[in-house]
Amino acid sequence: MSLLEIENLHVASQGKEILKGLSLVIREGEVHAIMGPNGSGKSTLSYTLAGRQGYEITAGRILYRGEDLALFAPEERSAKGIFLALQYPVEIPGVTTMNFLKAALNAQRRARGETEFDALSILRLVRETASGLNIPEEMLRRALNVGFSGGEKKRLEILQMALFKPSLTILDETDSGLDIDALKLVADGVNALRAPDRAMLVITHYQRLLDYIVPHRVHVLANGRIVAEGGSELAHELEAKGYAGFVKDAA
Amino acid sequence: MAIIQETRDRVASLGEKYKYGFVTDIEMERAPRGLNEDTVRLISSKKGEPDWMLEWRLSAYRRWRQMHEPNWARVHYPKIDYEQAYYYAAPKNAEQPKSLEEVDPKLLETYKKLGIPLHEQMLLAGVAVDAVFDSVSVATTFKAKLAEAGVIFCPMSEAIRDHGDLVRKYLGSVVPVTDNFFATLNSAVFSDGSFVYVPKGVRCPMELSTYFRINASETGQFERTLIIADEGSYVSYLEGCTAPMRDENQLHAAVVELVALDHAEIKYSTVQNWYPGDEQGKGGIYNFVTKRGDCRGRGAKISWTQVETGSAITWKYPSCILRGDDTVGEFYSIAIANHFQQADTGTKMIHLGRNTRSRIISKGISAGHAQNTYRGLVSVHPRAANARNHTQCDSLLIGKECGAHTVPYIESRNSTARVEHEATTSKIAEDQLFYCLSRGIGQEEAVALIVNGFCREVLQQLPMEFAVEAQKLVGISLEGSVG
Repeated sequence: MSLLEIENLHVASQGKEILKGLSLVIREGEVHAIMGPNGSGKSTLSYTLAGRQGYEITAGRILYRGEDLALFAPEERSAKGIFLALQYPVEIPGVTTMNFLKAALNAQRRARGETEFDALSILRLVRETASGLNIPEEMLRRALNVGFSGGEKKRLEILQMALFKPSLTILDETDSGLDIDALKLVADGVNALRAPDRAMLVITHYQRLLDYIVPHRVHVLANGRIVAEGGSELAHELEAKGYAGFVKDAA
Repeated sequence: MAIIQETRDRVASLGEKYKYGFVTDIEMERAPRGLNEDTVRLISSKKGEPDWMLEWRLSAYRRWRQMHEPNWARVHYPKIDYEQAYYYAAPKNAEQPKSLEEVDPKLLETYKKLGIPLHEQMLLAGVAVDAVFDSVSVATTFKAKLAEAGVIFCPMSEAIRDHGDLVRKYLGSVVPVTDNFFATLNSAVFSDGSFVYVPKGVRCPMELSTYFRINASETGQFERTLIIADEGSYVSYLEGCTAPMRDENQLHAAVVELVALDHAEIKYSTVQNWYPGDEQGKGGIYNFVTKRGDCRGRGAKISWTQVETGSAITWKYPSCILRGDDTVGEFYSIAIANHFQQADTGTKMIHLGRNTRSRIISKGISAGHAQNTYRGLVSVHPRAANARNHTQCDSLLIGKECGAHTVPYIESRNSTARVEHEATTSKIAEDQLFYCLSRGIGQEEAVALIVNGFCREVLQQLPMEFAVEAQKLVGISLEGSVG
């Protein structure tokens, strides 16, 4: 069954139409990549999926497990198993990373009618998961993302993904600003979570990340529409030829 | 009784919004409305006070008659009619209970609703509570353990009778009878409060705690608290306040005096959650409070920590007089104003002695239509060589209709002094909120989380059991502020 069906999606932000009829189907277990130049609408797509304020669906729809996603607030989408790893994770001064993770995990559990974790079991769970991602304990005691390096911030996003175990993960330019070691670490984290009942949408500007997270399908986004689709070999073709050819086709 | 029923219905209809909005149905004994010398005499005689105390009160009353209500704070409220208020109210049958069993079960029920553990829980919590119910202290616990250490912790009225010499020596020595309009009024009509004396070299074996609660309608509550830490002693004192919901505004004018002698330390923490009024700004407590500590001896330290979330009007400047050489004053504050609340709060650090140090951290949060002002004075006198002050004032705005104001006064008359002032104003950023939401944390919880993070430096100053409650309170008081 398809997990996510995006049908002829039009999205406007600040009065400007950015997505202009995007369609995409993702089934459980699949990893899809969306590649595109700056300004093609990649981040708009990820924010729209997560339900961020200010991104208005003007036509088309998004079905998630057959339900219209527009009916749900961002926090409800999270509880339903949608997770967006942000390109620029946000700093929250004074809130320790551990506290934040606890609040998020328990809020999701509450929303699903599950019992909340007590402080101790969360501590244990987070520590275990973090050590697998090479995240030192000291980082968990620091304020969320405050003073974190680019690599640390991205690893923390992956830690959240590992903790939340989402059905659909959207990675929004997770590779940006990462050196090759950090990139590998992040990719390993993501690959470890590949499972038959989980899907991922990897949004990236560069093919580099897709060497490590090999997708089932690659879609090229330009001017708010999918202009080309193919297997993972399409990413290499893009790398060789550049976006110019595809963008012209779209115009 | 009709009023009480009406209030109850109102509370019920408002549901959970103000958790402490219930009224205890106990017969009250009241002085007639209004204030004159007879009212003062009545209060004094009800408490069986000695003549010197009555004279002290009367001198305050006569002085007060000649004073004017101050109007320099950034708060607006209709004129208070002091002749319409009641100045004395006490639950009947609440006089001199010899044990908890003698305390009216309804009172205990009230405390239970407030979450104050009075029985065995108290042992576990290790907190001694001198609970003030309107004007009369009804229960004092842990006296034996404190007495063993030589610590006196009792209602002020009892202290006046049993420890007259100490009270006489120190009462009004930090906040004089003539200090200001509200303090002078308090001096005339104060009903009760707490008295603490920690003898030389004694570290008080437990946190001392008082819950104040205004219950009777149209009754001003005028507590008077006096804490004396003798040489080399230490005491930590917690004060929590809640009041039921009422339409009319209630006046609260307390005075707290702290005296720290040579190398003594007093830590005074407040969580103030008086009824703030409804979402339209109707009702709520007018809180005009004078709190001042005197670091009288060399090397003494006084630390104020306050979490102010309640009251329609807050007018409060817990201050430190750094009289002795090498003394330290601290002020840590969280002031939250939501809906139509107005808070004008801050501190005064008066550096008189050499090598005196003070630290001010103020976190102001404004939401709804609220106005939140930090007003502070750092004053370095000519003798205060090497005085140091660091002030940090951070304001957080939630929404577009509220205001944050910072009014620091700095006076330095010694060239070796160093005074630093830092201030920031920020908003809860949309991307911070979205980040929380996208991780499953709902709007209100997200705001509470972000604000608690903003306040962290101050929350850390609170004793553990209070910090947890304060964090929850931060969330509750900002409900409905976003969205």
